[in-house]
Amino acid sequence: MAMTATAGHAHADPHHIGLVIEHPGPAPKRIVTAYGFWIFLLSDIVMFSCFFAAYAVLSGQTAGGPKGAEIFEQRNVAIETVCLLLSSFTCGMASIAADVRNRFWFYLGMTVTCVLGLIFLVLEFREFADLVARGYGPSRSAFLTAFFSLVGCHGLHVSAGVLWLLTMMAQVFAKGFRADVLRRMMCFALFWHALDIIWVGVFSVVYLLGGAP
Amino acid sequence: MSDQTHIPAGHDLAPGEEEQHGVGERILGYVVGLVLALLLTATSFFIAGTDLVWQPSIPVALIVLAIAQMGVHLVFFLHITTGPDNTNNVLALAFGLLVVFLVVGGTVWIMAHLNANMPPMDQIMRMQ
Repeated sequence: MAMTATAGHAHADPHHIGLVIEHPGPAPKRIVTAYGFWIFLLSDIVMFSCFFAAYAVLSGQTAGGPKGAEIFEQRNVAIETVCLLLSSFTCGMASIAADVRNRFWFYLGMTVTCVLGLIFLVLEFREFADLVARGYGPSRSAFLTAFFSLVGCHGLHVSAGVLWLLTMMAQVFAKGFRADVLRRMMCFALFWHALDIIWVGVFSVVYLLGGAP
Repeated sequence: MSDQTHIPAGHDLAPGEEEQHGVGERILGYVVGLVLALLLTATSFFIAGTDLVWQPSIPVALIVLAIAQMGVHLVFFLHITTGPDNTNNVLALAFGLLVVFLVVGGTVWIMAHLNANMPPMDQIMRMQ
């Protein structure tokens, strides 16, 4: 981070032995925090890529059980996708409202995000419960194991995101738009948008590619 | 380390952070992102179920659409751009993508070759 800021001074005295030059010092805490969280998100994406790789390898190994095309409901997945997309948008609105310190729009944006996230979770839970009830649980075949672990891992992330979202609303309610609360809000927005990116991979690879007859 | 929320010009940007814009411009950015993402999603779902295109092209089209939509999310929602104030974020992303492609590509490649080179299980059992 200091690299770009000092690039202009990189002439005759690269090691600053002579005179003391004006140094910008460490980056502001807001940048350091968000950058660290960005690294975490990338490592989370790497973890998801392992689940994707397992699914890609195992998607044909149905062991006499159902194929993807027989159990996936395109309409359900489309509704889930629209929910997550809209929630990403309202989350963006909430973070703009937090930056301009507008409580009403912040609470409204976060509430809508929460409701959309919960609708997504309910739809996914019903899909899982329906599959298990029909005897197509994760232990039925390698394909279903990979399916449940990949989609379930994303669902767990969304559940954690909803809890985090409610925490952020409570913190803004109790502490106001303090600098540390705003940093957490920024990390939350990054987390929520990153989950949406992973869902793009899930619906494309698992449901649309894996659901092809 | 100060807790300032407004970064002076010439500094780096945190991931998820935009350059200094008005509220209207920022909202417009999210609206554009949402519209593009919805269009790409609708195209994906349409392509997956249609008979109108050459069938072997469908998986390729789905992957291309997914990557395009991830790009839209990165630019319009996460505000990862190619500007000079974003270098660190882009470099971290590039390294993450390298690992992702090594893991996914390597796994699919190796496992496909293993499957092709190994006889089915019942033949192995008969050989013993």
